[in-house]
Amino acid sequence: MRQVAIYGKGGIGKSTTTQNLTAGLGEMGKKIMIVGCDPKADSTRLVLGGLAQKTVLDTLREEGEDIELDTVLKTGYAGIRGVESGGPEPGVGCAGRGIITSIGLLERLGAYEEDLDYVFYDVLGDVVCGGFAMPIREGKAQEIYIVCSGEMMALYAANNISKGISKYANTGGVRLGGLICNSRKVDGEAELVEAVAKEIGTQMIHFVPRDNAVQKAEINKKTVIDFSPDEPQADEYRTLARKIDGNDMFVVPKPMSIDRLEAILMEHGILD
Amino acid sequence: MTDKEKLLEKYSAKVYKNRKEHIVQLEETCETQSIAANTRAIPGVMTARGCCYAGCKGVVVGPLKDVCVITHGPIGCGFYSWGTRRNKAKPDEHTDKNFVPYCFSTDMQEPDIVFGGEKKLEKAIDEAMEIFDPKCIMICSTCPIGLIGDDVQAVARRAEEKYGIKAIGYSCEGYKGVSQSGGHHIANNGIMRYVIGTGDEAPKTKFSVNILGEYNIGGDGWEEERILKRCGIEVLNLFTGDASFESLKSAHLAHLNLVMCHRSINYIAEMMKTKYGIDWLKVNFIGVGATCKTLREIAKYFDDPDLTDRVEAVIADELSLIAEDMEYYKSRLSGKTAGIFSGGSRSHHYQVLLKELGMETVIAGYEFAHRDDYEGRDIIPQIKEDADNKNIESIKVEPDEAFYHQTYSKEQIAQFKEMGVEIDSYGGMIPEMNAGDVVVDDYNHFETDALLDSKKPDIFLSGIKDKYSIQKAGVSSRQIHSYDYSGPYAGFNGAVNFGRDVTMALYTNAWSLVIPPWKHEPMLVGRIGGGY
Repeated sequence: MRQVAIYGKGGIGKSTTTQNLTAGLGEMGKKIMIVGCDPKADSTRLVLGGLAQKTVLDTLREEGEDIELDTVLKTGYAGIRGVESGGPEPGVGCAGRGIITSIGLLERLGAYEEDLDYVFYDVLGDVVCGGFAMPIREGKAQEIYIVCSGEMMALYAANNISKGISKYANTGGVRLGGLICNSRKVDGEAELVEAVAKEIGTQMIHFVPRDNAVQKAEINKKTVIDFSPDEPQADEYRTLARKIDGNDMFVVPKPMSIDRLEAILMEHGILD
Repeated sequence: MTDKEKLLEKYSAKVYKNRKEHIVQLEETCETQSIAANTRAIPGVMTARGCCYAGCKGVVVGPLKDVCVITHGPIGCGFYSWGTRRNKAKPDEHTDKNFVPYCFSTDMQEPDIVFGGEKKLEKAIDEAMEIFDPKCIMICSTCPIGLIGDDVQAVARRAEEKYGIKAIGYSCEGYKGVSQSGGHHIANNGIMRYVIGTGDEAPKTKFSVNILGEYNIGGDGWEEERILKRCGIEVLNLFTGDASFESLKSAHLAHLNLVMCHRSINYIAEMMKTKYGIDWLKVNFIGVGATCKTLREIAKYFDDPDLTDRVEAVIADELSLIAEDMEYYKSRLSGKTAGIFSGGSRSHHYQVLLKELGMETVIAGYEFAHRDDYEGRDIIPQIKEDADNKNIESIKVEPDEAFYHQTYSKEQIAQFKEMGVEIDSYGGMIPEMNAGDVVVDDYNHFETDALLDSKKPDIFLSGIKDKYSIQKAGVSSRQIHSYDYSGPYAGFNGAVNFGRDVTMALYTNAWSLVIPPWKHEPMLVGRIGGGY
């Protein structure tokens, strides 16, 4: 069982990418579970067809520790199982603690079945506190992909997340598998992301172009592969899935100093 | 090697550099020697300090008997601050309520941490209102509250609107500041801002006082009240032992404030001086001589011949009643030595009483005192503010338009000071100690062990954290925070109780009679390698 965590700047398309990518893996016959680690609980919407499911923490709050796995774990497209950890409304309580509680509970309930090929953790935004680092601590996710674009703040965040990974890499054995560029149509985007990836010591595993097909599928509460399997964009996600399935480049990232990062941005972005 | 050098010898360079400023071996000098205080304890050192929550809930607001003091957090903080201070209280005369025996806590569970605890706190308040119907609720925050950002002040405001009561939220999370001292300050601010000055119950006599920093441990405050009442002095409030919200509201109508524990409550004393013009006297009811001195200073302050006569008559009578007992205990205790480590005032107070019993204090120190408690208030302008102090809010008050009243002019106060009546000032502990004595700030486990070894005191007066390790070293120990189920130790009768308890401890020192195994058995067993 490969446990994979997807990180990246808020709004960059982590949930969209994760679900489209897992749809590709599902098509290949892999058994997959997605664990949404975001209080917004929108990490499984596309694979479950918009099914409003109860989150682990809501269930925990309402029904106590005596929870049936079936109430929180639903199966969707290509047999992909989805669970949302959920969390407090914005500005209240501690979402980080919520993720720790939720993952612990899922383990006790036996959600991590032996026959799973992949578990994907879709984690909110930046690694803001210990709770959001939970999926890469304590021997859970062994590999991480960072979703980014050629925009400056997305690369800032990618570099920052690399710091978090390198911190846990020595103790937890977690490794970075690569950057996924979710294109925003910035000039020289692929070259820039490749340069940053190289500097951090990793790879740009795939360049996902920007395509309206994604938007159309999302409105229909589906992944691209599910909604419009013949679109070129569906093939992009299939390629990404194949690349991840066959990936063998796992590194302890070497995060850059801010000065170095800015220099690379200047080189590729502004001076053309 | 001096005692100080012995204490510091084992420390690493970094710890040495820090701790050397906190340890003073007094020298023969007219100048007050300075000491570092109120700074962070070194991580990993077994400090005896408590936390900000302990200072706010445990010390200052916990004893308010008609206030429902709710600990907002997981159950441990509430449970372990329940009844351990031994602040005694009788039901309030206004409402017949006494919540001191109770422990109120929101008992937060994991989902409350994740989803926020405000709703649970509101429910706790609803329950408290239904069952206990208090006029005032205070909410004390524990560490997780600050981390998850529950707004206890907003919950308090909502409770006020809903029930028409007074509700005060304290952000006294344990991690704030460097010790429990920050919690005292936070509690002082709340009481000053929301309680004092909201009542109109006038004193019945012209000699009315509040005793600030008297928490009625083991009934100390009641003994002080008994004596003052005999003299014809009206005690309006103890702050906050056996105190009630109802009564504290009118504390600003008192004629004079007496300050016992300077550290925990000098903020209120100073703010009441500024806002209401009430002078404060640093007093000490611990020790027979100290009690007499205190009574005479109060009489001088009020400057009334009848009062002065009554005070002298009471002193003469009280002395005659305890003279025989005190003489006996002195005969048993003369020549013995003591070490005292208390919070922020008692180490000074008890030296006076020990001296009366013929005992010498050779080690003294505080857990959380500031430099003014050691060196006197004159040092305050020289105390450097650091980020930790600034983190604790310091509120400014203005003279109150309706209630500001100055009893004496500046010139008259200066005259009093010449007569030895120390109005609005405090000289600190160090000036009253002797050359060779060791003063330690923020003492720790290692230093306690080392001091027992080098100074060999007959008795060590401190708290529950070090009590048993002291006893195991064969030295008598009495808890000077809680009095080990005894007391009162204040006033005339208290002095006798103290003499009795110290005599008992010294002459029944069971631990010194036990030979521990490590004194006659090897702790390490081994054999020479190779052969059998």
